[in-house]
Amino acid sequence: MDKLLLDIKNLKLSFFTPAGEVKALNDISIQMEEGEVLGIVGESGSGKSVTAYSLMGLTAYPGRIVDGTVDFNGHRINDMKEHQLRAMRGNEVSIIFQDPMTSLNPVYTIGNQIREVIMLHTNLDKKEAHRRAGELLTLVGISDQEKRLRQYPHELSGGMRQRVMIAIALACEPKLLIADEPTTALDVTIQAQILELMKELKSKINMSIILITHDLGIVASMCSKIAVMYGGKVVESGCVDDIFYNMKHEYTKGLLRSIPKINASEHEKLVPIEGTPVDTLNPPAGCPFAPRCSKCMKICLSRMPAYTSVNEDHYCACWLLQKADFEARADNKGHTEDSAAVAYGVEGGPK
Amino acid sequence: MGVYIIKRLISGVITLIVVATMTFFLMFMVPGGPFLAEKALSPQTLQALESKYGLDKPVIVQYFNYMKHLAQGDLGTSLKQRGRDVNDIIRIGFPVSARIGLIAVTISLFFGISLGSMAAVKRGKLTDNIIMVIATAGIAVPSFVVATVLLFSFGVRLNLLPTVGLSTPLHYIMPVIALSLYPTAYISRLMRSSMLDVLGQDYMRTAKAKGLSWFVMLFKHALRNAVLPVVTYLGPLMAYIMTGSFVVERIFNIPGLGSKFISSITDRDYPLIMGTTIFLAFLIIFMNVIVDIVYKLVDPRIKFR
Ligand SMILES: Nc1ncnc2c1ncn2[C@@H]1O[C@H](COP(=O)(O)OP(=O)(O)O)[C@@H](O)[C@H]1O
Ligand code: SF4
Ligand SMILES: [Mg+2]
Repeated sequence: MDKLLLDIKNLKLSFFTPAGEVKALNDISIQMEEGEVLGIVGESGSGKSVTAYSLMGLTAYPGRIVDGTVDFNGHRINDMKEHQLRAMRGNEVSIIFQDPMTSLNPVYTIGNQIREVIMLHTNLDKKEAHRRAGELLTLVGISDQEKRLRQYPHELSGGMRQRVMIAIALACEPKLLIADEPTTALDVTIQAQILELMKELKSKINMSIILITHDLGIVASMCSKIAVMYGGKVVESGCVDDIFYNMKHEYTKGLLRSIPKINASEHEKLVPIEGTPVDTLNPPAGCPFAPRCSKCMKICLSRMPAYTSVNEDHYCACWLLQKADFEARADNKGHTEDSAAVAYGVEGGPK
Repeated sequence: MGVYIIKRLISGVITLIVVATMTFFLMFMVPGGPFLAEKALSPQTLQALESKYGLDKPVIVQYFNYMKHLAQGDLGTSLKQRGRDVNDIIRIGFPVSARIGLIAVTISLFFGISLGSMAAVKRGKLTDNIIMVIATAGIAVPSFVVATVLLFSFGVRLNLLPTVGLSTPLHYIMPVIALSLYPTAYISRLMRSSMLDVLGQDYMRTAKAKGLSWFVMLFKHALRNAVLPVVTYLGPLMAYIMTGSFVVERIFNIPGLGSKFISSITDRDYPLIMGTTIFLAFLIIFMNVIVDIVYKLVDPRIKFR
């Protein structure tokens, strides 16, 4: 087995706001091996960014890890001091953000902003860092490097700025690149170019990538593993084929139904997932998806389903699977053993 | 850039003409005249005086006469300080006011920017609250109160600081404090809100994700963006503060331009009113051009049109 690069175990993270405790991450576990490309999908507010920030020690005030551990590249993030985190950020792990229009400082040149991170984490002097910055621009597909390095962010297009963000992220050859919805703010043709670039970079450089998106289409073409998040939980995770062809969770199914198909006929409509997202201030006691799930049962409302292992790396947290699992076991052993079994039979209709 | 400056020059000249014209006619609409305060002037004397200074002519003729001289840079002769040119009065008074003013502006900038940034960084904490209470007080308390309190406590009671004139560096302390309190408080508040805005920007998150220390984040990435509103405020501030504060100059007996400006109005010293007003307008226009250039240096997004 390959080396474990990232190991998030039972992470609970909350924002302690004046309105109350916002439970952004509610007991999530994610593992990632070196060289892997992990996709994190889920709708807005499901906790994707918070997960990514937590492993860089970037959790915004008033957020705090309440429980669980985050291990990255041999560090226990929970225990790291700020200066240790600083040495790691931009060096061992970097991130590119959703909106390239606002992610670069408007008053400094592109060259300045790329050099800065190189000079911070390496011993290169200004001249060498400048040369390296030029190389990085070539790497991310920007020509006319000398001119670009002298320009300010407002003189570049959105796609170009996202390429610059990628150059900054790659400057110190990180072990892990986090791309937090890197194409959401870009128009479609530019989206495709940026994704193409990321794929190309992935094959050139040996690094791991976490690709955060709410677009399953993007994930399919890039990732080896997928974690589906909903309401601060990882509701299903597995390799791409498991998620696309053998999905188990009701939310994942809804998500897949909502992808536009290129060859769809005119009247074949997209099926949006009905209902509103989870209220993180008052999270439900049971399955977070219950209020929107058409298969919801009584037990779903009161108890959180545990993970069922579909295969070695395909897990899903849904009572339907527990039921199937239980029934299979019950058939084998010939007797009931879980008190929850009583509840399985009682099917509550959709809300 | 060159084209820009020429454009600003032309619009500046037009503004000056408008200011001069408006002041001129408004001045004559105010009742009273320069020689009314002086008792026992016989009608003949009054008439002689008025004809000497051309005040007996129709206002419109006086206006064109004035504008003709103004075009040659001649601001006329004071009616009250007999025989003194308005140009000379400004030439002597302005450097005095400007020196105190520049010191006060520098001090206001330094403390305003530091205190405002500090408050923003410590938002919601005790430091923030203390700074904001002081800043609010600094805006609310008029400078004559500050000046009087300073004069009375440090000057009279404790006898620590000299109270009259500007002959030694020690003389500058109280007037400068009195002058800089308001702008310091104002800049602090301006700086705090713009710094708060900047600290929440995406590029600050990028800076943090690069692994930069808070020092670099604050002084390199945040400060230069956050200071922009202060630069905008700097233009009018410089102009007003450098032409002198009437109150502070009166209280500390400083021979600056500010005291001349106000007494010229109560005296109906028409040429001096015109002269000081036009000079103030000129200074504001000039400072705004300077500020625009500084703004451009700080923020590369700005383009001169
Ligand atoms: N700074 C913050 N203060 C309070 N709540 C926050 C903050 N940042 C994120 N959250 C909460 O955490 C949850 C997850 O947010 P996020 O990870 O940004 O979602 P997404 O999946 O869209 O990236 C949201 O419900 C949001 O309300
Ligand atoms: S646990 Fe229940 S509510 Fe949740 S997805 Fe499964 S069936 Fe639906
Ligand atoms: Mg997000």
